[in-house]
Amino acid sequence: MAKLDLSQKLAILSDAARYDASCASSGTTRRDSRDGKGLGSTEGSGICHAYAPDGRCISLLKILMTNFCIYDCAYCINRVSSNVQRARFSVDEVVQLTIEFYRRNYIEGLFLSSGIIQSPDKTMEDMLRIAKRLREVENFRGYIHLKSIPDAAPELIEQAGLYADRLSINVELPTDNSVKAYAPEKNPVTIRKAMGDVKSRKDVAGERSYTGKRGKRFVPAGQSTQMIVGADGSTDATILGQSTRLYGDYKLKRVYYSAFSPIPDATAKLPLIKPPLVREHRLYQADWLMRFYGFGVEEITASRTDGNLDLDIDPKLAWALQNRAQFPVDVNKAGKEMLLRIPGFGTRTVRRILSTRRHRRLRYDDLLRMGASLKKAQAFITAADWSPGGLTDSANLRARFAPPPEQLSLF
Amino acid sequence: MYTVPLPRIGTDVAWRDAAKRLIGAGVSPEDILWDFDNEMGELFATATALPPVTRRIKAPQSFVQMADWVVWHKDPQRFARLYALLWRLRHQPGLMQDRADPELAKLRHMEKGVHRCKHKMKAFVRFRDLRQGGDRRSFAAWFEPTHHTVEPTAPFFARRFADMDWMIATPDVTAQFVDGNLSFHPGQPKPDLPEDAAEALWGTYFCNIFNPARLKVSAMTSEMPKKYWKNLPEAQHIQGLIAGAEAKVQQMRDNAPTLPPERAAKIKRQLRDE
Ligand code: SF4
Repeated sequence: MAKLDLSQKLAILSDAARYDASCASSGTTRRDSRDGKGLGSTEGSGICHAYAPDGRCISLLKILMTNFCIYDCAYCINRVSSNVQRARFSVDEVVQLTIEFYRRNYIEGLFLSSGIIQSPDKTMEDMLRIAKRLREVENFRGYIHLKSIPDAAPELIEQAGLYADRLSINVELPTDNSVKAYAPEKNPVTIRKAMGDVKSRKDVAGERSYTGKRGKRFVPAGQSTQMIVGADGSTDATILGQSTRLYGDYKLKRVYYSAFSPIPDATAKLPLIKPPLVREHRLYQADWLMRFYGFGVEEITASRTDGNLDLDIDPKLAWALQNRAQFPVDVNKAGKEMLLRIPGFGTRTVRRILSTRRHRRLRYDDLLRMGASLKKAQAFITAADWSPGGLTDSANLRARFAPPPEQLSLF
Repeated sequence: MYTVPLPRIGTDVAWRDAAKRLIGAGVSPEDILWDFDNEMGELFATATALPPVTRRIKAPQSFVQMADWVVWHKDPQRFARLYALLWRLRHQPGLMQDRADPELAKLRHMEKGVHRCKHKMKAFVRFRDLRQGGDRRSFAAWFEPTHHTVEPTAPFFARRFADMDWMIATPDVTAQFVDGNLSFHPGQPKPDLPEDAAEALWGTYFCNIFNPARLKVSAMTSEMPKKYWKNLPEAQHIQGLIAGAEAKVQQMRDNAPTLPPERAAKIKRQLRDE
């Protein structure tokens, strides 16, 4: 095999990394390099430095250390049984790429993951060497996300947390049975244990000791995970139920949903369907409603009997249509919780309504200027000069929002 | 009638100082002409001395913060609009909480435009290595902002890239950071910057992190509008990626599943035996 140059390796190892949805670089501690002795800063919300034609944010240099892998996960391009071309970066190459890209303002930092080579511990150790070099030799103060290897020794994962802003471990599939079927070498119990370890370690770091000092900073941006959607038969209710548990039990910052998309050299075990992008989008919306709008998972998934979300309309609208008895809501009187449940009102609109109505009564146009989407909201609210009349209960309300059914053509 | 000259560099401080004096002296909005960077020309160059500071003027914190953004907007009416709102605030102290007041809404909209421009500048400036030797490395970029955002955004770059020298040249204002000192200079035409080999690697990354099975061009252009493309080295690849996406996905579908490579069986056996 001819030796690959840096550009060829980069092509192979970023191609292999693109199935990880996360590129977030937000929510870590604030740092900068004003002392002139290092490089980089992090200031609350991360920056998307570019967008690819798939519409996804490019914030980090997202690469695999190597795409050699001894495991055989059916959905993965790097599985041992695939004939994809293999490559491996040296520690130095990853460090240089990160630093040189960062200096040119291409990226916020590094998201490093890896196929499993030789053993989980060996793989994790090599990833640690990269993170350590960046922090201790290059004095890099930008963002680092490491995808940890669940089977690696807990001490190694613990060390990783001292260098990284975020750690992630992918649960991969929504149920234990699916993991067993499609990722035979992986063990859901081990994955959960690793997430639990990170959580308790982070809890300890957050506590003050008896001297009043905080422990060493440990993954300040928390941990996240990813679930592949559409590769197995799980319903949205199953997926969202799993997310609720993950958010609750392990205090995850984010659960990412990744629509299963065709990979080169796929296995015969999985169909090469078009990635279910709308479904992925609806899951993110539902996830958002559970975290920031006070919805429970059962409420969101109750609108259909098959346990899946309505693909034609967003989950909040679907819920409102199912619960019309609770509408219309008076925007001049309703409490925050109910305002948040109005379709077309975001958290910001609700905040603005609450602050303005202390001074005067709100009218229809006021809501427009506050950023509400009245096309959606108007059927569900009353304002000083607005009442929806029979609209709220009209039989064709859903049809006003759902896209028209596809025309059938003769063949 | 007051004609108030406002400089291109340091606009925020100059506007705030003038507004304080004028409000303090009770000068109404109709009696003020704001002249940004001598744009009115000689005709109006008869700047009247501003009234002295007579008393401490109070304005809501939220107004002051908003004004600090809006002064950088490109709309020539920005100073007059801000002053008119400040004028109304004297008798309507709750005005800033009224998220539905049309004048305030307009200013908030302008503020958002500057926010966005600042954000895009942080995202889309692309430095090139000047390869000048010496202790500190040296980089330069050419950028074309929508509003006058170089001055309020430069401190971000100073916090982030403090161990190197850099320059961001724009047609509006040029920012320079040398040996830890930040300075601003008049804008300039596009400089000739040396080629930088890292741009090819960055292009390789951009092409390969893209998933052709998820093509969604509108989501890209809404966040990375075409007007920025000419100064983004990676943007030259966009057309090709879009054009080739369909074929790439089709190829993945058409390829029959291959047989696993020989080493796969061996590795699997080892894993099982462990
Ligand atoms: S462990 Fe599984 S998912 Fe991870 S790289 Fe290997 S084959 Fe892919």
